[in-house]
Amino acid sequence: MEAVSLKKDKFVIAGRNFKSRLIVGTGKYKSMSQCAKAVKLSGASIVTVAVRRVNITDKKKALLMDYIDPKKITYLPNTAGCFNSKDALRTLRLAREIGGWKLVKLEVLGDKKNLFPEMIETLKSTEVLSREGFKVMVYCNDDPLMAKRLENAGACAIMPLAAPIGSGLGIQNQTNIKIIRKQTKLPLIIDAGLGQASDATIAMELGCDGVLVNTAIAKATKPFDMALAFKNAVIAGRQSYLSGRIQKNLMGSASSPSRGII
Amino acid sequence: MKKIKKIKIRLNGKFKFVKNDTNLSDLLKTLKIPLKKVAIEFNQEILDKKKLNKQILKNNDKIEIVHFIGGG
Repeated sequence: MEAVSLKKDKFVIAGRNFKSRLIVGTGKYKSMSQCAKAVKLSGASIVTVAVRRVNITDKKKALLMDYIDPKKITYLPNTAGCFNSKDALRTLRLAREIGGWKLVKLEVLGDKKNLFPEMIETLKSTEVLSREGFKVMVYCNDDPLMAKRLENAGACAIMPLAAPIGSGLGIQNQTNIKIIRKQTKLPLIIDAGLGQASDATIAMELGCDGVLVNTAIAKATKPFDMALAFKNAVIAGRQSYLSGRIQKNLMGSASSPSRGII
Repeated sequence: MKKIKKIKIRLNGKFKFVKNDTNLSDLLKTLKIPLKKVAIEFNQEILDKKKLNKQILKNNDKIEIVHFIGGG
């Protein structure tokens, strides 16, 4: 049975309602079929995808759209691999051309080793894309001031990292995430750096609206089981957040009444 | 016999020779590109897929055909 609080709980991005609060990436899988099965098990309503050159020489190469139907699952084009605003804009304009995708994920990186976001270029790109009518979900640092700037620039969702992309370290700065949560009404989605299902639960318990996971599922020893684990972890975390946790106390408080002790 | 003139274009970063007077629509048909699943950039500008047959290829034209693949 579904909990009462979850029934009324809506996950809305740019005016669109999504069933699952877990967004999954489609990279790093061994095969397209493995990816498609993991996506299905995760229950995700949104998947991130990359824009790349078509393989001209190998015409038989499988296409992502043949495995994951964009009519059933929302494709979220991503600018992964872009290191400046110009490339990111070019990528997303092309993505829009493929099939009218306006909801996009902006990710401009600044360093090839740590893959941290280049926030100056990210901010510039957010302004331009918003003006062009895109609904921009923005990958960013866990910096409350920058998150505010992105919001003012027209972002439709704030997506701070938990830790470097693919690192599996989990949320490194819970305080900053809580501050960002407090200051914004925009969807707040933890993007990058989660390693295991409990990391997603923590994100949801901090009050985030969703999480985006790729490597932690795709590179797990058993990706299908991990996809399911993340699905449950996100639901558990959201439910826990909505249920109102108890106060933390230094001392113990017995669960059984002291009256009637023999 | 009249020799068929060929022109050199750059397609997804690689040089390719095509017949003179080829239009973009013909080229994409030969390559069996599923038009609904791609976007096309012609000399660094996004091209409306409805206007492909009007685009006659010239020497040194740069064409990029992209699609969605798995990514994070």
